[in-house]
Amino acid sequence: MSEKRQQVSRRQFLNYTLTGVGGFMAAGMLAPMVRFAIDPALQASTAGEFKAVEEVDNITEEPTRIDWEIEQVDAWYESTVTKTAWVYKDENGDIVALSPICKHLGCMVTWAGSDEYPDQFYCPCHDGRYYKDGENVPNTPPAEGLDFYEYKIEDGTLLLGPTKPRGEA
Amino acid sequence: MLQKLYDWVDERVDITPLWRDIADHEVPEHVNPAHHFSAFVYCFGGLTFFVTVIQILSGMFLTMYYVPDIENAWRSVYYLQTEVAHGQIVRGMHHWGASVVIVMLFLHTLRVFFQGAYKKPRELNWMVGVLLFFIMLGLGLTGYLLPWDNKAYFATQVTLEIAEKVPFIGEATKTLLAGDPNIVGAQTLTRFFAIHVFFLPAALFALMAVHFILIRKQGISGPL
Repeated sequence: MSEKRQQVSRRQFLNYTLTGVGGFMAAGMLAPMVRFAIDPALQASTAGEFKAVEEVDNITEEPTRIDWEIEQVDAWYESTVTKTAWVYKDENGDIVALSPICKHLGCMVTWAGSDEYPDQFYCPCHDGRYYKDGENVPNTPPAEGLDFYEYKIEDGTLLLGPTKPRGEA
Repeated sequence: MLQKLYDWVDERVDITPLWRDIADHEVPEHVNPAHHFSAFVYCFGGLTFFVTVIQILSGMFLTMYYVPDIENAWRSVYYLQTEVAHGQIVRGMHHWGASVVIVMLFLHTLRVFFQGAYKKPRELNWMVGVLLFFIMLGLGLTGYLLPWDNKAYFATQVTLEIAEKVPFIGEATKTLLAGDPNIVGAQTLTRFFAIHVFFLPAALFALMAVHFILIRKQGISGPL
């Protein structure tokens, strides 16, 4: 037998063939199941709708809590979910709509929620605080400011959409 | 790379004898279809196992979406079949596999029966095999209810009435299966789900282990 030609032994050939065929069959079996399992991660996001919540004229410079309802489709379960925003007009008259979800661990913050800090947002869970513009007060638990709601104004009505974090604002 | 990884583990815990004991054994000539084509009849036991593995895997994946509750069972099945990618395939595997596994099991039983392979010293393994057959039928029966559609509901209604006809213990058996003396409903579905997904598979695994240990211990029966 020549040294140059790499001989594949009968045993090796059968090994490779069997591993190949077996691997192909296993992959054919597992591929649909894996795709099935990871489907939620690949579904298009539906959280992009804007909903009318309030007349712009009614919004003051004092942060006010606004609740509104959206229809949520959770796979085979459809329900009405209440969303909440803290809304006010800044000194330029522009709308500011803040998410009430604390950036520390996700509790609900309240404007003037603590008697000691009547001009700040306050989170009761770990005394997290935010200034009126939503920026976090240094040396309280939250490490970043409250998320903004995306908003639109149509015919004098405020529409709120999905939230986005400060960095992307 | 793989070889090195294997060597590293093997050097420490000596796994080679473990898998050699399971995988490395002679296939007798009379069982090898390459020698006698008619030996394909020996494949049915292995095919039963293969389809059982498919059933276990596809079943595990189906429970990611399925809910055993009368309000949501049908809707979750409908959702996973129409909205989830490859849902039809995964449910189809479980649906058709359930029938195929019974067919394979039956062919395997016929082979063992007509070759007389159940005779001494293999009577015990035959009995374990019969129990495995009953467990498979039980899995088919309980799984049939889970989609909670009309076919599932009335098939179970019929099953429960058959169970009720058993002398003396019939009514108690029916109540135990259905969870209620009169209603086929919420408790029936959760019971059948628990039996289908936990109790019967546990018994199946235990008996399969006994079945395989016995066949390795006694060896395959000789040629006809």
